[in-house]
Amino acid sequence: MTVTELVSYEAALAGYDPVMGLEVHVELGTRTKMFCGCSTELGAEPNSQTCPICLGLPGSLPVVNSIGVESAIKIGLALNCEIAEWCRFARKNYFYPDMPKNFQTSQYDEPIAFNGYLDVQLEDGEIFRVEIERAHMEEDTGKSTHVGGATGRIHGASHSLLDYNRAGIPLIEIVTKPIEGAGERAPEVAKAYVAELRELIKALGVSEARMDKGQMRCDVNLSLRRHGVEKFGTRSETKNVNSLRSVERAARFEIQRHAAVLESGGTIVQETRHFHEEDGSTTSGRIKDNAEDYRYFPEPDLVPVAPSREWVEELRAGLPELPRLHRKRLREEWGISEHDMQSILNAGAVDLIVATTDAGAPADQARKWWMGELSRNANESGRALDELPISPAQVARVTALVASGDLNDKLARQVIEGVLAGEGDPDTVVDKRGLKVVSDDGALGTAVEEAIASNAAIADKIRGGKVAAVGALVGAVMKATRGQADAARVKELILEKLGVSEG
Amino acid sequence: MTDIIKLTAAEIAAKIAAGELTAVEVTEAHLARIDAIDEKVHAFLHIDREGALAQARAVDAKRAAGQQLGPLAGVPLALKDIFTTEGIPTTVGSKILEGWIPPYDATVTRKLKEADVVILGKTNMDEFAMGSSTENSAYGPTGNPWDLTRIPGGSGGGSSAALASYEAPLAIGTDTGGSIRQPAAVTGTVGVKPTYGGVSRYGMVAFSSSLDQGGPCARTVLDAALLHEVIAGHDPLDSTSIDAPVPPVVEAARNGSVAGMRVGVVRQFRGEGYQAGVIQRFDESVELLKALGAEIVELDCPSFDLALSAYYLIAPSECSSNLARFDAMRYGLRVGDDGTKSAEEVTALTREAGFGDEVKRRIILGTYALSSGYYDAYYGSAQKVRTLIKQDFDKAFEQVDVIVSPTTPTTAFPIGERADDPMAMYLADLCTIPTNLAGNAAMSLPCGLAPEDNLPVGLQIIAPAMKDDRLYKVGAAVEAAFVEKWGHPLLEEAPSL
Repeated sequence: MTVTELVSYEAALAGYDPVMGLEVHVELGTRTKMFCGCSTELGAEPNSQTCPICLGLPGSLPVVNSIGVESAIKIGLALNCEIAEWCRFARKNYFYPDMPKNFQTSQYDEPIAFNGYLDVQLEDGEIFRVEIERAHMEEDTGKSTHVGGATGRIHGASHSLLDYNRAGIPLIEIVTKPIEGAGERAPEVAKAYVAELRELIKALGVSEARMDKGQMRCDVNLSLRRHGVEKFGTRSETKNVNSLRSVERAARFEIQRHAAVLESGGTIVQETRHFHEEDGSTTSGRIKDNAEDYRYFPEPDLVPVAPSREWVEELRAGLPELPRLHRKRLREEWGISEHDMQSILNAGAVDLIVATTDAGAPADQARKWWMGELSRNANESGRALDELPISPAQVARVTALVASGDLNDKLARQVIEGVLAGEGDPDTVVDKRGLKVVSDDGALGTAVEEAIASNAAIADKIRGGKVAAVGALVGAVMKATRGQADAARVKELILEKLGVSEG
Repeated sequence: MTDIIKLTAAEIAAKIAAGELTAVEVTEAHLARIDAIDEKVHAFLHIDREGALAQARAVDAKRAAGQQLGPLAGVPLALKDIFTTEGIPTTVGSKILEGWIPPYDATVTRKLKEADVVILGKTNMDEFAMGSSTENSAYGPTGNPWDLTRIPGGSGGGSSAALASYEAPLAIGTDTGGSIRQPAAVTGTVGVKPTYGGVSRYGMVAFSSSLDQGGPCARTVLDAALLHEVIAGHDPLDSTSIDAPVPPVVEAARNGSVAGMRVGVVRQFRGEGYQAGVIQRFDESVELLKALGAEIVELDCPSFDLALSAYYLIAPSECSSNLARFDAMRYGLRVGDDGTKSAEEVTALTREAGFGDEVKRRIILGTYALSSGYYDAYYGSAQKVRTLIKQDFDKAFEQVDVIVSPTTPTTAFPIGERADDPMAMYLADLCTIPTNLAGNAAMSLPCGLAPEDNLPVGLQIIAPAMKDDRLYKVGAAVEAAFVEKWGHPLLEEAPSL
C-alpha cells in the first residue's frame, strides 16, 4: 500500500468541486427482527437470539414486521419523500458467511420512499438542502469476529466467529442524491446532514440512532470534478464512518486524497475504503468496478407492501415537530446563539436539556450543567452524554438545591460527582457527604471571628470604608468551612461584626 | 391381516374409530410391508419406526379414553423428505444435507401430527425436487411398483411408489412443475397440486418459491380430499399462504358429478411427443365425461407452448438464490475444512461435492439468467410469459369449469433412459407446468393402462385458483365411472411385489 501525499485542503478546493453521496443505515428500534419474532436487544449471548428464520435454515420463510414498515414510512415522510403505493422486497445475492441465506432481503428498484429532501443547518445558521434519492427497508447481517490476525480484519486471521443475533434486525437505508455545490463546506454539510438525520430519527422514535453502538452507520461516497466540468469524477466509498466527527474528517481526507491523485496525473480507482479513527485517514478496501453483480430479483417469499393512502396520511398527521424547527423554537426560547445551539446539537444534549427543564430546572442552569461539568465528564470517560449514570431529573434536583440555597456551585459539583460515582441520588449524596451549605449564624460566627482576628489589617481597611476588601475575609471563611458556608450570609455577618454597612 | 395394507385411508380411519382395528395394528402392518419390499422399491430414505408406533399408541389411548378422533387419526403416511421434521433427518434427496436433523417441524408436519396421522418415514425424491424420475436422488433411484426397472416419476417418486406398493395409504408430495401429478400418473395413483398458497410452504425446503406447492397423494380421490383438508389452510408463517377458508374438498369428493359441467380440452396438450396409448386413454376419458353429462369445449391456449421455456428460467433463477444458503457454515455437509482453507474455499468444495449434476446445472442456469445484462431477456421475459399463461387460463375459465389433459405425455420410462438427456426429461412436465406458472389447482388420477406397455396413464384435471373442490367433484365422478367399468381400482392390476 502506497501512502498518498495529500495536497492541502485549500489547494484541493482551488482546483476541484467535491460531489458527495451519503448512505446511512439506521437500525430500527423494533422489539423484534424484520422477518421473524426474535428479539433485537443488543448485547445478548452470541447466537441466543436466533431462530430457523433468521438463521436461514432450510424451509424457513420470512414474514414482514409491520412496525418495520411503519417506521420506514415515518422516516420517508419526515424526509419529505413520496411513499410507494406498491413495492416489493428483492433479494440481493452474494456469498458471505455472516449472511445466513447468502442473500440479503432488501429493496431494489421499488423502494418504500423516494424523492425527498432534508434541510440541514450549518454552523453559521445557513440552511443547506440535501436531496434524498430513496429510503428502503432491508435486514442487517450477522457479525463476524476475525480471530488470530493482527488487524482484526479477515486478512491474516486464523478463523472467524459468527454471531447471528444481529442478522435480520431491520435496517432503513437512506441514500442522498449527489450533493453538489457545497464546495469547501462539503465536509461540514456531510456532518450536519448526519447529525440532523440522527435527530430526526430520534424524534420519530423509530430508533435510538446511536452511532457508537452501530445503530446508525454512514458510508461517505465522494468524488471530485474540476471547476466548470459537469461530469462526475470516479468516486470512492468510505464505509462505516461511525461518528459525526469522523464523517467530517473522512470527507475532508478523501477530498485531499482525490486531489492529490488527480494532480499527480493518476486516476481514482472505484473502490471501498476503510476509515481509521486514529488519524482520520482512509485506506483501500475492495475494488468495485461495476462488475459486482448482485442478481437482484423480487423476493418470491414475500407479498408486495402496499400501504394504503389512509394509513400514510394518518402517519403523516402523527409526525412530531421536525428537530430543526424544534431547535429553532428552543433557541429563541432560551435566547442563545446559533453557534451555541449547534454545540448543544453536536454534543447530543438537546433532548437531555429539554428533559431537565421539563423536570423543573431553569433552562440556563440545565444548559450549564450538561454542556459544562457533564460534557467534560463524558469526554473524559469516553461515554456519550446520555450514557452517563445521571438522569435529567437528578440534574434538575441539583439545580433546585442550588436555587433554594441548600447548595452553592462548588457543592453542587461535588453532588454531581457523587451521583456519577454511583453514590445515589442528589439528596442521598448531600446527606452522605454532608454537603449542606452552612448558613447557621452560630456555626458561622466562630469562623467569622477567627477570620477577622487573623486578618486584622484587612478588617481595619474595611472599617475604614474599603468595603470591597470583604471578599478576602469571605474567602478565608469559605476555606475554613471547606466551601460549605453560605457565602452571602458570611459577607453579611462580617460587615455586621465590623459595623459597616454596604455602600 | 395382510388386507390392512389394501384398505383406503377412509376405511382405516373408520375401522379404528369403530374399534375394529387399532392404530398400532395398522402401523405394524405397514411397517411389515415396508420391511418386506422396500429393499426392492426404495421408496423410503428414512423410516421412523419408533415415532410412528408412539403416535399410533397415542391414537389408541385417545380412543380408549373416549376422545373424539379426527378423520385420519391413526392412518399411516409417507412424507416426502423435503418437509422438515423435528429430530428426524431431512435430506431433500441431497448429500449436502446428509445428517442434518432439523430443529423444527414444517407446518404440514405439525398439522399431520395434530391430526393424529402416523408418519412412517421420509420418502425418496429427486435432489431438491429437481427431476421427473427420482433418479437424481443422491441416495439412489426408486422403482415403479408396476415395473421396478422403470421410474416412479419425480420428483416425488418415493411418495408415489409407497402408495402404489401399499407401503402407505397416504403420502405428501410437492409440486413445482408436476412433481406430485406426474408420479401419480405413472404409478396409477391420485395426486393433487392445490392452488398456490393453499398449503403452507413453511418448513418445505425451497426449490422455486413462487412455484412450489405441497399437496396430498393417495390411492383414491376421497383419501386425497381428506388429506387435503388436514394440511391446507392459512399459515401466518407463510406470507404467500391464502387467508381464506379451505375449499370444501371432502364434500366435493363425496358428491362426485360432472353433469351439466363444461369441460375444456386444450389444443396445445397433444401432438408430437405424446405416446399413442396415452392419447387413446385420454380421448376415452373425454368420451366418458361426455357420457356422464359434461359438455366438452375445445380451447386454444397458445402461450402454453412457451410454458416449458419460461419454467426453465424462473425455477432455476429462484433455485440459484434459494440454494445459496448451503455453504457449509451452519449445518449440513462440510468438505475440506482442514485448517488450511478459507471459508470461501470450504464453501466451494462443499457445494462441488454436495450437489448433484442436475442441481448444479440449474444453479448455473439461474445464476446466468439473473445476471445483469441478461435479466430482462431471460428472467424478465419468462415473467411476461407467465402473465400470458395466466391470461390464457383466465380466458379459458370464462368458458369452462375445468380443463382436462393427459398428465404426462408418456407412461413410465425405463430407469436410465433419459438420465443423460435433460431435455427429454423436462418434456415429462409439458402438461403440468402451465398450472404451476399460473398458480391454479390440478389433479392427476388414473384413466387406464396404455395398450402398448400396460402401464398406467394419468388424467389431469385443472381448476381455477381457489376452486380446488372442483377437482374432487370431477375426479370422484371419473374415478367411480372407471372403477365401475374396470370392476376394480386400477392398482389391482399391478403385479404383486
